[in-house]
Amino acid sequence: MGTKHKKVDYSKWGYIFILPFFVSFFIFSFIPLVDTIRYSFFEYYRSGIKEIGPNFVGMENYISLLGSDMLKYAANTLILWVIGFIPQIVIALVLAEWFVDARLKIHGSQFFKVVIYLPNLIMASAFAMLFFAMFSNNGPVNSILISMGLISQPIDFLGSALGTRSLVGFMNFLMWFGNSTIMLMAAIMGISPDVFEASELDGCNSFQRFFYITLPQIRPILAYTLITAIIGGLQMFDVPQILTNGQGTPDRTSMTLIMFLNSHLKSKNYGMAGALSVYLFIVSGILCFIVYRITNNDDPDGSKAAAKKAKKLQRRGRL
Amino acid sequence: MMRKRVFSVLLAASMAAGLLAGCGGKSESGSESNSTAEGSAAPASGDEGKVINIYTWNDEFRERVEAVYPEVEETSKDGTVTTLKDGTEIHWIVNPNQDGVYQQKLDEALMNQPDASADDKVDIFLSETDYVNKYTDADADVAIPLTDLGIDPDTDLADQYSFTKVTASDTNGVQRGSTWQCCPGLLVYRRDIAKEVFGTDDPDEIAQKVNSWDTIKKTAEELKAKGYYTFSSYADTFRLYGNSIENSWVSPGETTINVDPQIINWVNSSKEWLDEGYLDKNVKGQFNDDWNKAMGSSSKVFSFLLPAWGIDFVLKPNWDGEEGVWAVTAPPQEYNWGGSYVHGCTGTDNPEHVKDIILAVTADKDNLMKISKDYLDFTNTTSGMQEAAADDANFSSDFLGGQNSFKYFAPVAENIKIAPLCAYDQGCVELIQNSFSDYLQGNIDYDKAKANFETAIIERYPDITAVQWPE
Amino acid sequence: MKSKQPSHLRSIIAHTVLIILSFMCLFFFYILIINATRSHADLQKGFSALPGGNLLKNLSSVANDGTFPMFRGILNSLIVSGCSAAICTYFSALTAYGLYAYNFKVKKIAFTFIMAILVMPTQVTAMGFLRLITNMGMYDSLLPLIIPSIASPSVFYFMYSYLQSSLPLSLVEAARIDGCGEFRTFNRIVIPIMKPAIAVQAIFSFVGSWNNYFVPALVIQSKDKMTVPILIATLRGADYMNFDMGKIYTMILVAIVPIIIVYLCLSKFIIAGVTLGGVKE
Repeated sequence: MGTKHKKVDYSKWGYIFILPFFVSFFIFSFIPLVDTIRYSFFEYYRSGIKEIGPNFVGMENYISLLGSDMLKYAANTLILWVIGFIPQIVIALVLAEWFVDARLKIHGSQFFKVVIYLPNLIMASAFAMLFFAMFSNNGPVNSILISMGLISQPIDFLGSALGTRSLVGFMNFLMWFGNSTIMLMAAIMGISPDVFEASELDGCNSFQRFFYITLPQIRPILAYTLITAIIGGLQMFDVPQILTNGQGTPDRTSMTLIMFLNSHLKSKNYGMAGALSVYLFIVSGILCFIVYRITNNDDPDGSKAAAKKAKKLQRRGRL
Repeated sequence: MMRKRVFSVLLAASMAAGLLAGCGGKSESGSESNSTAEGSAAPASGDEGKVINIYTWNDEFRERVEAVYPEVEETSKDGTVTTLKDGTEIHWIVNPNQDGVYQQKLDEALMNQPDASADDKVDIFLSETDYVNKYTDADADVAIPLTDLGIDPDTDLADQYSFTKVTASDTNGVQRGSTWQCCPGLLVYRRDIAKEVFGTDDPDEIAQKVNSWDTIKKTAEELKAKGYYTFSSYADTFRLYGNSIENSWVSPGETTINVDPQIINWVNSSKEWLDEGYLDKNVKGQFNDDWNKAMGSSSKVFSFLLPAWGIDFVLKPNWDGEEGVWAVTAPPQEYNWGGSYVHGCTGTDNPEHVKDIILAVTADKDNLMKISKDYLDFTNTTSGMQEAAADDANFSSDFLGGQNSFKYFAPVAENIKIAPLCAYDQGCVELIQNSFSDYLQGNIDYDKAKANFETAIIERYPDITAVQWPE
Repeated sequence: MKSKQPSHLRSIIAHTVLIILSFMCLFFFYILIINATRSHADLQKGFSALPGGNLLKNLSSVANDGTFPMFRGILNSLIVSGCSAAICTYFSALTAYGLYAYNFKVKKIAFTFIMAILVMPTQVTAMGFLRLITNMGMYDSLLPLIIPSIASPSVFYFMYSYLQSSLPLSLVEAARIDGCGEFRTFNRIVIPIMKPAIAVQAIFSFVGSWNNYFVPALVIQSKDKMTVPILIATLRGADYMNFDMGKIYTMILVAIVPIIIVYLCLSKFIIAGVTLGGVKE
């Protein structure tokens, strides 16, 4: 990637341009991070208002975490994430495609774009509070369903694992699908119109165009969406936290990793929280590495190659 | 999907203070500040600092101080600064109790107390019954013994209910705080439902029907036959059981949690009650929307177990019908719910003011009677409350249909035996209810609930090593 | 092929789906607005589809509450979110451009490094962060809420991807030949090209910062510096004896109205920017 032949050496500008980022990162993230990692090797917590530690305990925090329910919470996090993410990315892709499709002539598209992004603006905590009230046993949703005669007894949404998980997934979907749509739309509109024109001439139908041109072309943004979604999913916290009042009810089936971390931080168990943070850090690193590799498999300029391939296929299909 | 979640986490202010305090190094308040307190026990008033910092979680204490502390000149419009006649300013530092935010902000300030400048030092802080023990701890030594302030509990606070004095004392029996309120609880019931089901709404006759757990079960059956619930949820009865445990959750010096048989009784009877349909399955816990709605006129819930503040601040705003529908009577078991304790903070530079305020708000009978009259608090004066109980003219309530609730509160207050406290109470009480709520609702079995409690409690208190269940 | 006929059907499907989705999105706002217009006693009676007449009363109880300086909070939030969004997008674009357009020794390492920290959960560093800013004397000030947004790896990555797809290096070369300085090239040529990306990310950062509760709750102590989410949380937990759900709903409403206004203004710009800002390869 980048310019190969240069007469003047501009490299010092590169350093200057990236300097603020790294200085800021070093001060506000790196130093604190080192602190956190350091404490993960210590027994360090508060009992009442008395402080215990820090005493060096080596890997003990890490080992005792493995013996805890951590893996179960990791599974919960994954389930909650999938429930929300799959519909989100599918709908976002479809909507983005529709919005930019000139032949489709969406009426009031401006209105729809504005509306679908709206849920993202409301504070997650406030949103969760609203949902909690709405889906409570005597809440508006149940009373509407009852008055419509669909059910006779209120549904205990938050009393079952399925109900709670679905609600969390639904909220995450609602809060983020508009956001993804806008992002993907921006990416699709960045594709050179020439490519679309060419495909039009070649008689691509909208399905083919979507799978063979749009998707490969927006791969960088799609990767970005995927990566940030994975990080976001790993850090899922406030929605289930407020919906279940930090308990991950019922039976801790909606307890996420960050909620677990939070309960350690709340009990001021810095050592354990530090170790858990390091685990989280490693896991998220691995996840992103995988995604990064998948989305950048062969050539750095893959998108164009894919588009050409699509065109070729197209021609062949026609022949 | 939740990409900006990275930033928007609600991870609770909870962390906030905790973290900071954790970074602040060890607390050195011990010996050093002890000497400060003793050395300044009786200073000339000219030595007093100019700012009194009071840590609390709501406006309640400020209103009480404004109402009865004669030195108050005025309070700023936004309620953050109260000026006294001698020019001293009271700065109110208010943080919400919920999620432990208040405690964490307070802990942070207490940790910094030795290094804080005179005007930033905490002078007075409040604590609730649920965690008062954490702050009266003799080793922590953050709350000044009352005697060091020049208050003699035996004479100055002689009229207080003795259980409040025990609650505010450390394990050596040194009293380190004082309260103006005392929170005996009653059974509050709907007269209309009582008339329909029992043919009477007379408090004494209703009292007969709820005077023990066995009789109340029969009563529950009658209520159920007419389509009513006795209480709204299993959380409503928890305090009655929780208040009558034999031994504290954690014995002093130990790291094992002992679950008292009373708690298991609560679990078993709650299960029975819920399965029998004596409780509203739709209400889970307290202070949520369903619970609030259960207090509305369309609800089928017959009664609640509430202290004086509960009637005034919880039930009243949630009731949307006419006044006079509710009435109080004696509960099946005496219990206490709540109570705010006032502590002088070790290291204060205003010991004289601290002493004055504590005495004015928690020990002066006339002031306490005024608080009872104006705010319907059940205040901490034995003789005063007896007078109130006899004084129907001044103390009857329209909301309760002209009933004088003090008549019912006073005997309960005298019979309260406060459960043995420990520093782990808040977490134990909260987590045992949470863990067993899944069991009560039939989501998990009994053993799983036990296991969940063990997991949760060790998460909350890393120093806990084991949980003992009764045989 | 049959491209005319199904496009009609597709159009109907598309509109139906959009209407359903919009309904779901608006429904919650609708409930929030309705509830904000009702008194606590009304809310007790259960949900109603029609608004009540209590909005003004609820509003005035929000405005006159000195314990929760809501409007001061909105101002603080505007300052923090505005500055964060500006700093964050500018410096991220700068960094992305620096790594995209120049060749230098640590380039690859720097890029990989940013990609690695992209995954770092914020919560991980909170503990040390607080200690650090306390030592720097920035505790209880708005600065620590703004400055760290210079380093926003995810925004950087978006900018970088955008540059990859939209900025031909030939354009930079051309500018150099014209004698344009490096900073000037960035500010005059690259920034305009990146406008759509900046607009999108500015919204995201603004919203993220506006809704951020975690860091402000750590850092802010005094009432007059509190941002909206802290105030909301404070109100919610402040006084469990204070049962006025109408006021709470109104407060949530007040908290999200400014951001909706900002969004409505910016959204036009964004969509226009996306449409116009395409750069030919």
